[in-house]
Amino acid sequence: MFDGRFEIVSNRKIAKNTFEMVLSGDTEGIRPGQFVNLKLEGFYLRRPISVCDFAPGRLTLVYKVVGHGTACMAELAPGAVIDTLTGLGNGYDTAPSGDKPLLIGGGAGVPPLYALAKALLAEGKKPAVILGFNARDEVFYEEEFKSLGMEVYVTTADGSYGIKGFVTDAMDRPYTYFYACGPEPMLRAVYAKTVTSGQFSLEERMGCGFGACMGCTCKTKTGHKRVCKDGPVFMKEELPW
Amino acid sequence: MVNTSVTLSGLTLTNPVIPASGTFGYGVEFAENYDINCLGSFSFKGTTREPRFGNEPPRIAETASGMLNAVGLQNPGIDKVISEELPKLRKIFHKPVVANISGFSIDEYAECCERIDREEGVGLIEVNISCPNVHNGGMSFGTDPKSAAEVTRAVKAVTTKPVYMKLSPNVTDIAAIARACEDAGADGISLINTLMGMRIDLKRRAPVIRNVTGGLSGPAVFPVALRMVWQVYEAVKVPIIGMGGVSTAEDVIEMMLAGAAAVEVGAANLVDPLASKKIVEELPEVMERLHIENLTDIIGGAHHG
Repeated sequence: MFDGRFEIVSNRKIAKNTFEMVLSGDTEGIRPGQFVNLKLEGFYLRRPISVCDFAPGRLTLVYKVVGHGTACMAELAPGAVIDTLTGLGNGYDTAPSGDKPLLIGGGAGVPPLYALAKALLAEGKKPAVILGFNARDEVFYEEEFKSLGMEVYVTTADGSYGIKGFVTDAMDRPYTYFYACGPEPMLRAVYAKTVTSGQFSLEERMGCGFGACMGCTCKTKTGHKRVCKDGPVFMKEELPW
Repeated sequence: MVNTSVTLSGLTLTNPVIPASGTFGYGVEFAENYDINCLGSFSFKGTTREPRFGNEPPRIAETASGMLNAVGLQNPGIDKVISEELPKLRKIFHKPVVANISGFSIDEYAECCERIDREEGVGLIEVNISCPNVHNGGMSFGTDPKSAAEVTRAVKAVTTKPVYMKLSPNVTDIAAIARACEDAGADGISLINTLMGMRIDLKRRAPVIRNVTGGLSGPAVFPVALRMVWQVYEAVKVPIIGMGGVSTAEDVIEMMLAGAAAVEVGAANLVDPLASKKIVEELPEVMERLHIENLTDIIGGAHHG
């Protein structure tokens, strides 16, 4: 964990209720699949947000407005400075992915797959990604993933864009391994359908975000695990689904 | 040079700052960020006889200037705490630690306290009779003077180290419960645990926390905690560890003026992992500014006549 100050470079709407915030600050030690915890003015607890992309000195977060905290985040202007804990959570393990891992993201679960895709590509692997949304106006980052030079499949539940249905309706293709992030019902559907091993990124309401308060504990086959510290990424084999 | 040291029932602490149980785990997460030996002590995660998962999630909610938690005493159980957590703890913390013990029966309290009492590195036992998030245990012992006294007697009969009873603010008369504990042999009183509260999700029209209610902590509860420390100070002669929303060195001084001999810092650790360290560092400066030479001189200093 690192305690740093990040300055907002840009903060723009990219889809319905969805914003992309680019910040400058020390990103050393950040890994794909980790999250940061933001201290926003006027709120007692921090806001945990998954890391979408990072480079030296530059951090990109894509977040959905779901409550007062994220609504205030969306109002923040370039130049504002945010007290930010970084390097939180375990992150994805790219070692077991094989040649052709499948990345499966639903809604606000899409962002962390972007940094993961870049890491897998840098290792010479050929990942494909399924991006699941409710409707056309919620779709984001399709072009960003495409410009990495990978196969991208978009699903919408109402059929207004891409493949009609859920992410599981786009999974009938060969893959060596999978990485999934999204709401729990989606993750459970992926778990039921997938034939390979893989990793799930879980979400839970957190107090501290660094393993102290035990607020976000979940049950796994290997005991009680803190989503913030022992996760948020769990192996398929660990989950008691 | 100001003197920040304080004494709790013969146990001298270099300063009065003690991270509160449930906000500091068994110390490991914080030791990754700073040398926790700068602290007066710390109170480890409430430990019970059996391992516990606690309540189903969600078990955290935010409030104005504070938070609710309904963790429900998640802990690995006394066996693992003794065999795994304490050996790890001794490597990172070289001062006497406060052992926080909870239970669901008088026998369980006595058994766990007797076992932890024998452990090297345990300086003081804090008996949690005030957890608002478990049923048929915890707080039910701390909301009635008679049962609070019963737990106190049972624990005192099997321990040699100072025993501090941690009280609930969810009572009509906190002074009566503190007196009952003192009369039953308690070496000191710890207060306050969290205040019962709840939030409702407007979209779902259902409680945010699965357990429905949770314990309120953070700056929002500080004035309530301060008032209760004040009342207990007037009711008992034994030392008091004051806590509830303490976030700054000034809050520490205020708690001590109300009657606390030492002070625990809780929720602040969860928002700023360096909070307790910062309070320790700021304390001498604040003392100088307020012309306090010896911190012990100000305990109960706001009570006149």
